[in-house]
Amino acid sequence: MNVTLTVNGSHHAVDVPADTLLVDLLRTELGLTGTHVGCDTSQCGSCTVIKDGVSVKSCTVLAAQAEGASITTIEGLGSADDLHPMQAAFRECHALQCGFCTPGMIMAAVDLVRSAKANGAALDERSVREGLEGNFCRCTGYHNIVRAVLSAAAQMEATS
Amino acid sequence: MSRFDYHRPNSIDDATRLRGQHEDSLFLAGGQTLLPTIKQGLAAPSDLIDLGRLDDLRGINVSAETLTIGAMTRHAEVAASAEARKAIPALAHLAGLIGDPQVRNTGTLGGSLANSDPAADYPAAVIALGATIHTDKRSIAAEDYFLDLFETALEPGELIVKVEFPIPKRAAYAKFPNPASRYAIVGVMVAETKDGIRVGVTGAGPCAFRCTPIEEALAKDFSAEAVKGVAIDHSRFNSDLHASAEYRGALVGVMAGRAVSATG
Ligand SMILES: Cc1cc2nc3c(=O)[nH]c(=O)nc-3n(C[C@H](O)[C@H](O)[C@H](O)COP(=O)(O)OP(=O)(O)OC[C@H]3O[C@@H](n4cnc5c(N)ncnc54)[C@H](O)[C@@H]3O)c2cc1C
Ligand code: FES
Ligand code: FES
Repeated sequence: MNVTLTVNGSHHAVDVPADTLLVDLLRTELGLTGTHVGCDTSQCGSCTVIKDGVSVKSCTVLAAQAEGASITTIEGLGSADDLHPMQAAFRECHALQCGFCTPGMIMAAVDLVRSAKANGAALDERSVREGLEGNFCRCTGYHNIVRAVLSAAAQMEATS
Repeated sequence: MSRFDYHRPNSIDDATRLRGQHEDSLFLAGGQTLLPTIKQGLAAPSDLIDLGRLDDLRGINVSAETLTIGAMTRHAEVAASAEARKAIPALAHLAGLIGDPQVRNTGTLGGSLANSDPAADYPAAVIALGATIHTDKRSIAAEDYFLDLFETALEPGELIVKVEFPIPKRAAYAKFPNPASRYAIVGVMVAETKDGIRVGVTGAGPCAFRCTPIEEALAKDFSAEAVKGVAIDHSRFNSDLHASAEYRGALVGVMAGRAVSATG
């Protein structure tokens, strides 16, 4: 079936089987392999992307459900020369080891900062830990991830 | 080759007509339960009928006496809704405890109730608040809706349109989550409604139910203390690697007590 959608600002029209998952459209059809598949059972969050402004697990969304949607993946967040504040903070705070969970973690963290702002809530260590409940990291023990998110949140607040 | 055909109707009529035309079809709401189930091979629908474009199934409306939520309203929308937080803060709080942010951004009220997972959160609120489930065919009272494990009063092909929650005088929800899945091992909503005290329990039994012994104790004395020692019959409770039936029985009292304390 035909699916038309916007990914990282570019318009795409693809023809895929009806049971294609959004993550497979991104990785296989569009070659955007920054979005990872960890569990494929909706648990780990490594496939997290932003769909129409909110974080979703792209292994648990059909490509067909993204018809007309605007998707942002890790590739659309920043570039190697111009990192997004969240990416910069992950590097600065040593918030990754193997890096497998990192793209999903960063997308979820960006959405966490957005939703906290929308709800007028300030982030602290506890709310960051709760807000990242949908993302597993098997390396870092989360400690530096929480530090990175708080640091980026402050940075994003200061520059917005 | 796709495992199923996909349809994206633009009206409730088209959705139910398609559902009728394809015997082995299923509605697709947020997909947070259905897609994993299909991937695991536990469901094999011939056709998926995506409810995502049915704006009539969306939205939160408040009147003097009720809060009405469309079936396709996402958990995150309920959790963040100023109307819901004002009318029934316990319900908004419950919605914010479901799963994780990504699940809440995608999963819907109608999907949760149609699925009726024994450990789902919303059923506790539907029971405690005495909600009415409106479908494309009729209105179903909370007590008549949950029948058994993953079994509801819905007929095949019946579509949940919206759920009407009477606004209680006060209510609170306390949940003991499974630390891995976030589903409720036991969740209890306690509500003081115009029909008296109602207590809805999820996670403990095959489906959500009213807990009369605790309701009676609270009717006499609305305090966390009054719930202590109330005997709970756990003979039909769930028992799995997370908790025995007996432990779930104990948790019902503990969560009810916490909910009472949280009503303030
Ligand atoms: C990691 C994870 C953690 C979770 N944790 C929790 C939790 O803590 N608490 C909790 O309560 N839930 C939890 N869930 C489940 C989540 O809330 C689901 O969103 C919900 O159970 C199903 O809603 P859905 O919109 O995704 O429905 P779908 O998955 O799209 O559909 C579920 C079923 O309902 C049917 N259906 C959907 N909408 C309608 C309708 N309007 N009328 C008739 N039938 C309909 C479908 O045909 C299907 O059979 C979790 C899910 C995941 C993946
Ligand atoms: S790959 Fe999607 S949640 Fe793990
Ligand atoms: S850095 Fe390895 S899983 Fe998170």
